[in-house]
Amino acid sequence: MAFLKRSPWLLHYDASSCNGCDIEVLACLTPLYDVERFGIINTGNPKHADILVITGGINELNRDIVRNIYEQMPEPKVVVAVGICATSGGIFRECYNIVGGVDKVIPVDVYVPGCAARPESIIDGIVTALGILEEKRRTMADRTHAKEEIRKGAEAGS
Amino acid sequence: MNGLLGALLFILLAPLLGGLVAGVDRILTARMQGRVGPPLLQPFYDVGKLFEKENVVVTTAQNFYVLAYLAFIVVSGALFFAGGDLLLVIFAFTLAHVFLVLGAYSVHSPYSHIGAERELIQIMAYEPMIILAAVGLYMVTGSFFTGEIAASTVPVILYLPGVFLGFLTVLTIKLRKSPFDISTSHHAHQEIVKGITTEFSGATLGQIEIAHWYENIFLLGFIYLFFGFNPVLGIAAIAITYFAEIFLDNTTARLRWQAALQSGWAAAAILGILNLAIIGYIMGGA
Ligand code: SF4
Repeated sequence: MAFLKRSPWLLHYDASSCNGCDIEVLACLTPLYDVERFGIINTGNPKHADILVITGGINELNRDIVRNIYEQMPEPKVVVAVGICATSGGIFRECYNIVGGVDKVIPVDVYVPGCAARPESIIDGIVTALGILEEKRRTMADRTHAKEEIRKGAEAGS
Repeated sequence: MNGLLGALLFILLAPLLGGLVAGVDRILTARMQGRVGPPLLQPFYDVGKLFEKENVVVTTAQNFYVLAYLAFIVVSGALFFAGGDLLLVIFAFTLAHVFLVLGAYSVHSPYSHIGAERELIQIMAYEPMIILAAVGLYMVTGSFFTGEIAASTVPVILYLPGVFLGFLTVLTIKLRKSPFDISTSHHAHQEIVKGITTEFSGATLGQIEIAHWYENIFLLGFIYLFFGFNPVLGIAAIAITYFAEIFLDNTTARLRWQAALQSGWAAAAILGILNLAIIGYIMGGA
C-alpha cells in the first residue's frame, strides 16, 4: 500500500532564484526527461502537493510566504532545496535582504547541489525525497495506529 | 430485472473502467506531446495516494457536499444504465454538480469561489443542449427511457446529426477538456490554482476523482444512445469521439468563459433547434 511513491505531486516555488534553477526544474517536464513517467505532476496548489521544491535563497519578503505554503501542505510532505542558493544562499548570501538557505525557515529533507542544478540531479533529488516521503508516511501511519490503540485502551479501561 | 443488473454493473465497473479511460487519456496525451507518459494505472495510484494523505478539513460541511456530489453522480449514472427516464437522469446529474458548487462555496478561498462561479457558467452552457438531446431522442424513438432508446432499431444518428454534433460541443465542456476546462483542469498551473478543487485535499479530492470517473463513463454511455441500432458502431463512435476530445484538448488553448457559454448556446440554438425543427416537420408531414 505505498501509492505515495508512485504518485508524487510537486509544488515548485521560486524564492529568489536567478531563474537558472527554475528553467532546469521545468526542463524535467519536457519530453527529454518527462518526469510524468514516474507519476510526477507539477501542481500549483499546496493542498494537493506532496513535495515542495524550492529554488533560490529565502529573502526577507518571502520567508512568511514560504512558511505559509509549507504549512498548507497536508502530511506527509518533504522539502527539496534545488540549487546552491536554496541550500545556503549561494552567491546571493551576502546580500542585505537574503536570509539564507531554505533551512533557515522550514526543515529541508534533500539538498540538490549545482549552479544551476542539472535536471538529472534534480530528478535524483526527487527520487531520494520519495524514499523519505515513504518513511514519513509509515511513521505517520504507525502514529495514528498507536493513537487508536491508546484510545481503545482508555475506552476499555473506563 | 435487466435494469437492476445494468445499475449494479455500472456501480461496480464504472470506477474501474473510468480509471482505465483516464489512464489511456494521459498516455495518449503524453504521446501527442512526444512524451512517454505515465503508466496505465497512474490514476489509480493517484487516488490511492490521496486516500493515504492527511485529511485537512477547515470547513466540515465540504465533506458532506462532496459525498453528495459523488452519490448523485452514481445515482444518475445507475439510473441511466438501468434504462431509466432520461429526464430524471439529467436532473440528478445537474443536482450532483450543484452539490459540487456548494462544496466549493462552503470553503474560504477566493480561488475556489471563482472555480464555483465558472462551474455554474459551465452548467448554464451545457444544460440546454443536453435537454434538447433528450427531446430529440424522444422525438425519434418515442421514449424517454434509455433502455428503450438504446434498444430501438431506428438509426437515430441519421435523424439527429445536428443534435449529435451539438452534444459533442457540450461534451468538451463536460469532460473538462480544453478549450473549455474553465472551472478546473488536470494541471493546476493552467487554471487559477485549481479552480473548484483548490481547497479539497486528501480523501475528499479522491472522492471527486472517483466521481469524475463515474461521470465520464456516463457521458460516454450517452453517446451510445445515438448509435443503439448497431452496437459495434456505437462502441466505435465512443472510441472515436473520445480520441477526438483528447486531440482537441492537446491542440487548443483555453478560451474565456464567454466563449464556452456562446458555443454551448449556439450549438443548442443552431444545431439542436434546427435539427429538431426539421425532424418535427418531417414527422409531422409523414
Ligand atoms: S544556484 Fe545558480 S542557477 Fe540556481 S538560482 Fe542560484 S545562482 Fe541561479
